[in-house]
Amino acid sequence: MSRLTEDNVRVAHEIISRYPRPRSATIPLLHLAQQQDGYVTNDAIRHIGELVGATSAEVLGTATFYEMFKFEPVGKYLVNICRTMSCALMGGEELMHHAEHRLGIKAGSTTPDGMFTLEHAECQAACTEAPTLQVNYRYRFRVTPETFDALIDDLAAGRLDSEIPAHGTVARIRQHIPAERGVGAVPPEDATNAPSWMTVAEAPK
Amino acid sequence: MTTTESNDVEAAEVVVDPNAVSVTINGKQFTARKGDLIIKAAENAGAYIPHFCYHDRMSSVGMCRMCLVEVDTGRGPQLMPSCMFPVAPGMVVETESPASKAAQEGIIELLLANHPLDCPVCDKGGECPLQDQSFSHGPGESRYIEEKRHYEKPIAVSELVLLDRERCILCDRCTRFADEVAGDALIQFTSRGNTTQVATFPDEPFSSYFSGNTVQICPVGALTAKPYRFKARPWDLQEAESTCTTCSVGCRTAVQSSRDELLRYQGVDSDPVNWGWLCDKGRFSFEGVKSDDRLTTPLVRTANGHESTSWNSANAGAVRMITDAIAAGGASSVAVLGGARGSNEDAFAWARLAHDVIGTPNVSAQLGDGLPVGVLGMNRATIDQASSAATIILLAPDLKEELPVLYLRLRDAAVKNRSRIIEFAPKATGLTRYAWRTVFYEPGTQADAVSATLAQPEIAAQLAKGEVVIVAGRANLAESSAGTTAALLALSAALPEAKVLPALRRGNVVGAISVGMRRGKGGLDSTGILNAAAAGKIECLILVGADPIADVPDADLARRALAGARRIIAVDTFITDSSRLADVVFPAAAYAEKAGTTTNIEGRVTTLAHKVTVTGTSRPDWMVAAELAQLLGTDLGFGCVDDVTAAIAAAVDGFEEVTAEALEAAANGVLAGVASFDAIATPTVVLGDRNSYNFRLVVSRKLYDQAVGTAHSPSLAKLAAGGAVFVHPLDIARIGSAIGADVKVSTPKATIVLSLAADDSVQRGTAWVPFNQTGAKIGELIDAAAAVTDVRIESL
Repeated sequence: MSRLTEDNVRVAHEIISRYPRPRSATIPLLHLAQQQDGYVTNDAIRHIGELVGATSAEVLGTATFYEMFKFEPVGKYLVNICRTMSCALMGGEELMHHAEHRLGIKAGSTTPDGMFTLEHAECQAACTEAPTLQVNYRYRFRVTPETFDALIDDLAAGRLDSEIPAHGTVARIRQHIPAERGVGAVPPEDATNAPSWMTVAEAPK
Repeated sequence: MTTTESNDVEAAEVVVDPNAVSVTINGKQFTARKGDLIIKAAENAGAYIPHFCYHDRMSSVGMCRMCLVEVDTGRGPQLMPSCMFPVAPGMVVETESPASKAAQEGIIELLLANHPLDCPVCDKGGECPLQDQSFSHGPGESRYIEEKRHYEKPIAVSELVLLDRERCILCDRCTRFADEVAGDALIQFTSRGNTTQVATFPDEPFSSYFSGNTVQICPVGALTAKPYRFKARPWDLQEAESTCTTCSVGCRTAVQSSRDELLRYQGVDSDPVNWGWLCDKGRFSFEGVKSDDRLTTPLVRTANGHESTSWNSANAGAVRMITDAIAAGGASSVAVLGGARGSNEDAFAWARLAHDVIGTPNVSAQLGDGLPVGVLGMNRATIDQASSAATIILLAPDLKEELPVLYLRLRDAAVKNRSRIIEFAPKATGLTRYAWRTVFYEPGTQADAVSATLAQPEIAAQLAKGEVVIVAGRANLAESSAGTTAALLALSAALPEAKVLPALRRGNVVGAISVGMRRGKGGLDSTGILNAAAAGKIECLILVGADPIADVPDADLARRALAGARRIIAVDTFITDSSRLADVVFPAAAYAEKAGTTTNIEGRVTTLAHKVTVTGTSRPDWMVAAELAQLLGTDLGFGCVDDVTAAIAAAVDGFEEVTAEALEAAANGVLAGVASFDAIATPTVVLGDRNSYNFRLVVSRKLYDQAVGTAHSPSLAKLAAGGAVFVHPLDIARIGSAIGADVKVSTPKATIVLSLAADDSVQRGTAWVPFNQTGAKIGELIDAAAAVTDVRIESL
């Protein structure tokens, strides 16, 4: 259970500075926390609340809305096997069955060595390539039991490290946008000429 | 819409009300107000639209879809959630068309797909909007045969509120209330879709001072209050409308009882005051009324301590003490403290007894923790005026702790951008987050802080923008009232048009002072009375619902005063630290055990309901006073409480309009006029040398403390935080001790031991201690004669 590290707090402040209101940075900061620990810890939620000026409950409410934030430890590699129509017709179910045997765990759980978490997924939007799976949201197409085994072997041996980072890493290169090149959205309270459908806060007297 | 009566069409001048919107609701023409939501306009037109999530006092979210009705805005009828759209000219609304009905029945069927039908064991059953509307607007049967969703039966979201997630229909009322109204966003929707549920963050309970309101507004039985769970069925409850007197905001309540036992208070929506909300202390304080520790008979002191006696002998004893006192030291050797906890009638009868029958000028309703009574003679603001003023100046205690619902109203003014708050405070308060400017001052220097702030051009520009209301009260009990009084006078001299809302906290303190519980000519104020008693000059001290030992900031003075008074007569509901020392104790009727009226901080007089039979033989304070007056040879002419109400209207300046008939007719009470009081004399604030090793002491109250009513309400008693000394985190190192360690806190007068805590709401160089908590008494260090208190904090 850990809060954001000192380095990540620096990144967090940079992210927060991109938005007119600190709270808008909640989701990017949750990604940052997940990148740091592989999942979003309660301490990180509390820390993000402090950073953006929200209660822990508010950050928790926002975070738990999203499937891709995990609140319990997951393996280094999160393997999602599609079970929606096209994949199911093309052997997705059999693939999952094979995967469960190969990894020795049921879908929804993590191998004892903390390397793999296996999950069902709904449509991954690549039906022409069925059956599909994703490893840390990186695609693998027309997967057969044989290619699945090879994939697992490669992941375990570290041969895919350059392609597939550990769970939680959204991108390995973090953009740093200098403040003067930021888009700088107008804070709602400063907005003039707002479109008619947008409620502009009435200026204080 | 009004038109002139002229028949000449050309000359006819049509006056169109710009705020009138003509709509058709269920085939009838109706003039709604511009901005009214359809659901509200329909209700005003007599067409009830069923709903769960919509609440008049909160923003609309359109969560439950129950208020779908057919609306034709010129593009043909379509189903629209009527809580989300304001009326528009020419709108045609059908609340009972086949399509509207089908939509509403469909929603009920869907809501009941997972809602358990455990109404027979549900607290809400009988007063449940879901139950009621399933009957009135539901299909009558369900097509669902599947097993319902199951969750662990109730989980505690706080010490007072339990959540049964199976029953929740996700209307967002409680979560919206917590965020929008209370500002304590500690409960939230978590997860999504079918697994959405209301939850707190682990180990951060919904410890809002306003949590009980969520139980009241929950449209199903998902949220229940521990103190009421399984105590009664709604149809067994009898109800009377009353006013909460736990503090002086004067929230309207419905007092509910069954079989002569108080079971619940619910908030009643009074537009000028509480908007339907109550704080938890007010809501659950009924437990104290029915406490087993209540006094049931009069007590007299004998060689064996207090013994029960009859009213006749207690009265005779008290009369003898009073006459002896008058014989020994003259009428002014009798002093009366208190009256701020009862009704106007109680205070008036005691004021008559003290001033007119006994003839003493030494009467005070405050206990050394108030302001000079002249504050009530200033240009008084109402709560509505305060919460709509362009600028609100706070020179007051933490309103969230002392006058919680006033905090809600002022917070609303700030977050809705109606008002800007300029706060003067010795430490951060609940409203600091919402204040436009907060000026922290070191205790004793508030007048300087005020002058310096008023001199800033930006502040002056803000103050020139419109109405200014000053909320004035004592922010710090460890200093005399001089500093605050001087600052208040400086403010009102600089802003002669500004109105003042007194932030004095005891339930009926404004009423008591107004009807006469104040010093007469040449009389002493509360500190003066205590000093006189300590010096042995008070022959008979009468405590009317007052507990100086617990409530007077200078604990040593209070103790010496009670030891020095030759005789003490107490009228009280409990044996307190003070009434324990009395020679005669009269058991007093408590809240909901007596009728009458009460006055809130703005001077609004409202009625108190007599709902349950008194405990034991206790009597209302006014009756005790009337009987003592009778025995002392004067008939006050008070045969029943209405006689006293009438006598107040006849005799008290500003209360002429406050008659039984007027109170009967006015739903929100009657605003009493402002009586004239002697202007406040400018005090001199003499500050001693400031030793930089010392911390200047700030002592203020928390909502939950060891006060007698709270201590006897089991649900509330456990919420009192306990005592500690709080300093700024950066000052911890200076003390050379660690957080949580016991430290010595000392003045030349006394030393106490408290545990050390860090709090960044405390200003550097000051130390804050909550008043009247468990553990060491901070009052031991407070000197009523000193302008401020400086303490030394050392590790043990």
